[in-house]
Amino acid sequence: MNRDSNAYTFIFATIMVVVVASALAFAATSLQPKQAANIKIEKMQNILSTIGVTATKEDAEETYKKYITEEVALNSKGEVVTDVDPFKVDLAKELKKDEEKQRFPLYIADVEGKKYYVIPLRGAGLWDAIWGYISLEDDVNTVKGAVFDHKGETPGLGGEITQAWFQQRFQNEKIYDESGNFVGITVQKGYSGGDNKDDNAVDAISGATITGNGVTAMIHNRLEYYLPYLKEQNTKVALK
Amino acid sequence: MEYVNLFVKSIFVENMIFAYFLGMCSYLAVSKTVKTAVGLGAAVIFVLAITVPINFLLDNYLLKPGALSWLGPEYAELDLSFLSFIMFIAVIASMVQLVEMIVERFAPALYGALGIFLPLIAVNCAILGGSLFMQQKDFGGVSEAAVYGLGSGVGWFLAILAISAVREKITYSNVPAPLRGLGITFIITGLMALGFMSFMGIKL
Amino acid sequence: MADTENKKEKSPVVLFVAEEKEPLFSKKNRKLLTDPLNDDNPITVQVLGICSALAITVQLKPSIVMAIAVLVVVAASNVIVSLLRNLIPNRIRIIVQLVVVAALVILVNEVLKAYAYDVSKELSVFVGLIITNCIVMGRLEAFALGNGPWKSFLDGIGNAAGYGMILIIVAFFRELLGSGKLFGFEVLGHKGVTIAESTGLYALGYQNNGLMLLSPAALLVVGIIIWVQRSRNRKLIEKH
Repeated sequence: MNRDSNAYTFIFATIMVVVVASALAFAATSLQPKQAANIKIEKMQNILSTIGVTATKEDAEETYKKYITEEVALNSKGEVVTDVDPFKVDLAKELKKDEEKQRFPLYIADVEGKKYYVIPLRGAGLWDAIWGYISLEDDVNTVKGAVFDHKGETPGLGGEITQAWFQQRFQNEKIYDESGNFVGITVQKGYSGGDNKDDNAVDAISGATITGNGVTAMIHNRLEYYLPYLKEQNTKVALK
Repeated sequence: MEYVNLFVKSIFVENMIFAYFLGMCSYLAVSKTVKTAVGLGAAVIFVLAITVPINFLLDNYLLKPGALSWLGPEYAELDLSFLSFIMFIAVIASMVQLVEMIVERFAPALYGALGIFLPLIAVNCAILGGSLFMQQKDFGGVSEAAVYGLGSGVGWFLAILAISAVREKITYSNVPAPLRGLGITFIITGLMALGFMSFMGIKL
Repeated sequence: MADTENKKEKSPVVLFVAEEKEPLFSKKNRKLLTDPLNDDNPITVQVLGICSALAITVQLKPSIVMAIAVLVVVAASNVIVSLLRNLIPNRIRIIVQLVVVAALVILVNEVLKAYAYDVSKELSVFVGLIITNCIVMGRLEAFALGNGPWKSFLDGIGNAAGYGMILIIVAFFRELLGSGKLFGFEVLGHKGVTIAESTGLYALGYQNNGLMLLSPAALLVVGIIIWVQRSRNRKLIEKH
């Protein structure tokens, strides 16, 4: 058959499209469960690591079930709603909705009798989105731990927010100031407080001012929505 | 204002060449004289500004998980996003062909200037890169995608124009022999990219 | 363009070895494998495939994964196109090649997402950009369309290895000088907050070179590699 004829070109293209499409569809569907599991496991590992529990890829699901006792979703007023599965809420999509329609997931953990609240975060860094989780102790003021991740921050500068040494700076920090007002935690350039855990601030990464400001804003903006609910839960300390 | 911000950001801050090195092959190969560089640059602007919004529509109404829900609720769960690479590159290749034919038919003068560069563009990383970044950035609407495509194209144009002007001049300089041509072009591009880093974090 | 020059260079070889009687690793076949590593390196000599890769050379690990991904795609697409070379209709040649490459890249991407999730996150869009990596198309056009599958396979491996080699060299210097690590291990000692807390080189007051982490450093390092290579191999020097 003539290789330059219209009919041949057309038949060749059709066969190629069918073969390629079916091969890809097969590969995609057979790998899809594994990919979905990866995403789920990563989320569980992140949530667990903020409360000081490390889980391997294999036992993440089991450990998660053991420690996370409750998953709730709040609306923008801080009231519990039940119209969504909290674990499946995707903050990236939520943030694009109107405030009243957004849902705010919250994970409640119980580690050897101590209660922790894990709150997912999302905001903007220098280049692109940054996100993470922060956990509060049951005085709803002291930070138990935090993890951060990013899409495209500068490697070695803003990208360092994923590193343990930066995330450890948040441990035991307070989100309320001494007179009980909510202030969040500021990532401060030229921080001189050393190990002071009551000044609502941590040292920034040098050379990553804008990413640091992004972290500050993200913590402040996201936590604000949870305050009414958390205050209700807390009976020990007086907070304004 | 948001559009202006996005436009400026995609030209200077997220410059295709200086921040992501996309389209380097043609950037290095076609930057020996300013005239050809302008031709290729213009063709890139043209194609990016067309393909990014088209691919945005494709992605949002065909490929993304849930994108097919306009067909009916039973299609809402379908996720065709694994096909996005192949769809994007097919759109790009066919748009380049189409643009070539249209330009040839209606603007022969422009075709004379752009013609030889158009086929080169289908495999220019900057074009596919534009669509892939568009997908990752998750724009709110097609107009944002169009502005992003246009801005990225202009950024690429600026980069190749600048380097070709430098290269025309540098032929008069005494560059160490092993660095001549490719080597010095890399180093100059690196220095220019350093300069462009000062735009980092700019918001309007 | 570099592409066409290369075609000219290779065409005598094509005519000469059209018969497949020679041993699998004849001298000429070995040359296909080793030439791209030095005299005919795709990046520093042919000027192909710089695009999608340099942005991910901050660390060794993603660079090696990228190099392997490109190796798989170039070798496999070279073999496939070479097998189909007498069937592909001329008019849609480029599209057919693009489809073959794109399908392979999708496969690689899906496999990475399922089995190497962490790395696939780091590489993000750059896996997709292998499609337009000029090496792939360049080798298909210049070699696979005119040669048998075995030769095309070797040519693909050779070129991808030459490409990967540059990638890994660049990443080695950037990670070592930029963050004092290799594969994430602190090979130059530990950098503490003060000199007293540091070990290894850092105890002597050594500082990491932050420039190496920024994207321009990749271009500078490649420029220097070209300089070194051409000083040693003077026949590669350009007139201007």
